[in-house]
Amino acid sequence: MEPPNPSEVAGAWTDAIAETSYVVIGRTALAARLTTRVEEILTLLDASGDDFGPARSIGAALVSSHFTEVGSVTGTLRALGDRLTAYAESVHKGDRLRRILAELAGGYADALRERTLAEQERIHIASMQARAAAERARWDSEARFQAVFADAAIGIGIGDLTGRIMEVNESLSEMLGYSLDELRQRSALDFVHPSDDPAVWSDLAKLFNGETSHFRTQKAYYRRDGTEIWTELAVSLIRAQDGSPRFAVGMVQDITEQHRLLTELAYQANHDPLTGLPNRTMFFERLTAALADTREDARVGVCYLDLDGFKMINDTLGHDAGDELLRSVAERLRVRLSGPGRLVARMGGDEFVVLLEQSPGETELERIADEALAVVREPVILGGHTLRVAASVGVVDRAAAGTTAAELMKAADTTLYWAKSDGRDRTAVFDHHRHAQAVSRYRLSAQMPWALDEEQFFLDYQPLVDLNDGVPAGVEALVRWQHPELGLLGPDRFVEMAEQSGLIVRLGRWVLREACAQASRWRAEHPDWQPLISVNLSPRQVAEPGLVADLKRILAETGMDPGALQLELTESALMATKGEPLAVLHRLADLGVRIAIDDFGTGYSNLAYLSNLPIHALKLAGPFVSALRRPAGPSAADIEILATVVRLAHTLKLTVTAEEVETAAQASLLAGLDCDLAQGWHFGAPGPPDRINHLLLVN
Amino acid sequence: MERPRWAPADLDLDRPSVARVYDYYLGGSHNFAVDREFAQQVLQAMPNVPQLARENRAFLRRVVRAMSALGVDQFIDLGSGIPTVGNVHEVAQELDPKARVVYVDWDPVAVAHGEAILEDNDRTAVIGADLREPAAIFADERVKALIDPSRPTAILLIAVLHFVPDELKPIELIGQISSLLAPGSHVAISHASPERQAEQIGQAANLYQKTASPVTMRSQAEIEALFGDLDLLEPGVVQTPLWRPDVPGELGPEAYEYPAYAGVGRVR
Ligand SMILES: C[S@@+](CC[C@H](N)C(=O)[O-])C[C@H]1O[C@@H](n2cnc3c(N)ncnc32)[C@H](O)[C@@H]1O
Repeated sequence: MEPPNPSEVAGAWTDAIAETSYVVIGRTALAARLTTRVEEILTLLDASGDDFGPARSIGAALVSSHFTEVGSVTGTLRALGDRLTAYAESVHKGDRLRRILAELAGGYADALRERTLAEQERIHIASMQARAAAERARWDSEARFQAVFADAAIGIGIGDLTGRIMEVNESLSEMLGYSLDELRQRSALDFVHPSDDPAVWSDLAKLFNGETSHFRTQKAYYRRDGTEIWTELAVSLIRAQDGSPRFAVGMVQDITEQHRLLTELAYQANHDPLTGLPNRTMFFERLTAALADTREDARVGVCYLDLDGFKMINDTLGHDAGDELLRSVAERLRVRLSGPGRLVARMGGDEFVVLLEQSPGETELERIADEALAVVREPVILGGHTLRVAASVGVVDRAAAGTTAAELMKAADTTLYWAKSDGRDRTAVFDHHRHAQAVSRYRLSAQMPWALDEEQFFLDYQPLVDLNDGVPAGVEALVRWQHPELGLLGPDRFVEMAEQSGLIVRLGRWVLREACAQASRWRAEHPDWQPLISVNLSPRQVAEPGLVADLKRILAETGMDPGALQLELTESALMATKGEPLAVLHRLADLGVRIAIDDFGTGYSNLAYLSNLPIHALKLAGPFVSALRRPAGPSAADIEILATVVRLAHTLKLTVTAEEVETAAQASLLAGLDCDLAQGWHFGAPGPPDRINHLLLVN
Repeated sequence: MERPRWAPADLDLDRPSVARVYDYYLGGSHNFAVDREFAQQVLQAMPNVPQLARENRAFLRRVVRAMSALGVDQFIDLGSGIPTVGNVHEVAQELDPKARVVYVDWDPVAVAHGEAILEDNDRTAVIGADLREPAAIFADERVKALIDPSRPTAILLIAVLHFVPDELKPIELIGQISSLLAPGSHVAISHASPERQAEQIGQAANLYQKTASPVTMRSQAEIEALFGDLDLLEPGVVQTPLWRPDVPGELGPEAYEYPAYAGVGRVR
């Protein structure tokens, strides 16, 4: 039998193994290479002897071409067996062929084992190198970390996910005053401080379970020696590569000093430097917070206190004494009245306030206010002087709902004003009715300027009758307001307001002009009647610099005889006229007008003083006159007093007018006492000028 | 401060590694028991994975030759794995001994292994890096020593982009890589796709979800989109065996069932 064609055998061999393993060699190259191998096998088959090295090499060569899958060797044996057995048997070399194939397989197995071991060794070395490289990188980064960690000025602590401290640096140990070892035995959770924001602990829990990776807060720590430090704390989570939480790192910066400054600033912003009491800012903060209480029945109470006559103390004893007084009053109020839910604050000047965040009700508030008054009344020793001061308190109790701090304080201010105007050294409780009145008064006062423009004011005249002959000797001009909505308003409703607002100056000028104008009309109508025109002048008008000039102009313009004009001033207005106003009085008198004292007997009634004033008449106040009208008849004393007053007035060359004469009996008694003029219902109520005309006609 | 002492190491030999498992598919022994166990599970779901891997490697060789034919002599193989046989430098340097190759992988064992076997080849380098940070790779001294950025470079992203999920914006990543390349450079991609053998490859991919490298498979259109502004070379994005096969006539029917696509784009 002819030996087989090597390239044919190699073709079958190629088919058998080409797809079995991952190799880089192409099919044609492979077939060529295998042809050589087949030739080598045939040579070996022909030969004799025990050297089967070439067969082993062929097996090994398969492995080095990366025919590493089992299918490659089985395919080889199958293909070569199939193609070469018949020929080998024919030349009686069947055994030798089997031996060659066995050696080839053995060579393949050895080489594969070698290769596998070599690759395994290589990969193990590689993994060790990788590990070493990782270690090295870690060591490098750790060395850097250690350097940063150990020498950092900032305190650093590392803990596990239960808060247990694993590592801390020198700075942190110094900051907290514990040794490194002491800290390593503790938990971050041991460092609770009463001022901790409760959020810190929940933030930490979130960090530990991986919900957040970072948070920052300010936190106080107790050091080992019990002192306190404030820190800015930043906590970060370190995660494993798969993202799961591993460690927490805390960076701690000592901000005690900043914190102290800040708290001091905050304290300064909220406290009054003189008395150390909470100031207005803090009061309003707390008040606003209390008013924000959403409970339905929540009420807030305020006692607003103002020292009486503090300005006088300051003026007479000096500011240092004033400050000292404020300090001791503040201290007493603080000790006696502040407490939980109660804030004693200084609002400024000599004003203090007690805030009751949950009002105990009006009665209790009033009691507290009275206690405050009692506290203030206790004598204060100042530089050897025993000083007694008093105060006035306004009390307000309001539902939190629907009340603003501004409203409440406005009410407190109003109430305090009531306490003052009701006579000081007392407590006033906010009263809605009174407040409503005040509001309507205010509204009225605001309407007055416009009402004056609109000529809503007019004058009524009340006859002044000569007690000798019962003939009207003059009239008192009385101002009225025909209010478009409220109807007719008497002077009691608006004059005081006008006095306060200052509008009295304009109104008074108008009254003077109108009265003078009416006088000139009467002159025209009754040429032989020479009436005295009496007009009221308020203290404010007297104090007004332009008064004399105004009056001069009015007299000139209306052609009024100054001697027929009488200006009425109340006793108290007159008493207040020192210095400049007294000069005004003289200048008025110099113009030739008469000056009368209105409501004589209600004030000081110092007749001796009157002798020095340029006045011409007295108007006896109602009570003098009404005393004559007692049911049991006038007492001897009443009559004697009256007689004495009239006598004295006459001695001072003053005419005497009796007011509020209501009965004929009074009139004749007064006539008997030599009183000059009288007015009152008995002689005629105030009315329009026509009424006077009518009266003249009757006479 | 980088990583403190208590932080875990990158190296985790107790879990299968994509690189070593892939070596096992290719008949290598650069792997450990964990890798082989995992590979066995994959093979159960998809017994033809070794053939698929071989086809993929064949594509790699064809691309390198095509690049060489275009005169490109610098290669960066991103996600290169564990070089067994038929590696980029072997193919490229056979055609042009001056060709330079940088292998990049983030598997520390793959890198150490590559360093060991390429020790004597001064036209190659292996660096351990994350391919999703190309700027860092191009800034590496070893890369700068071998690759001249002013001349055309071939970037190989072979069987690796399916390890980059959409959240990490692979299109932008490729755009960023291209922006670092000279005109005439190329980007080659092969990428698993669920369009064929859907059930098997789906199961196989599921197994990877539990590893450190979950798989995101993409459709042909999505793979085409990865090329962005690059000009696709003929024949475009096709099933991997169909990309410029050595002997077109010899393609079997399994080539049309191949569950991955491949293409090469050129930087303008
Ligand atoms: C399936 S293997 C492919 C190897 C080779 N490119 C091939 O096609 O034969 C994928 C390789 O990519 C590597 N790899 C995956 N993600 C990577 C990343 N983000 N950076 C670098 N290498 C990565 C893996 O470690 C693995 O070695």
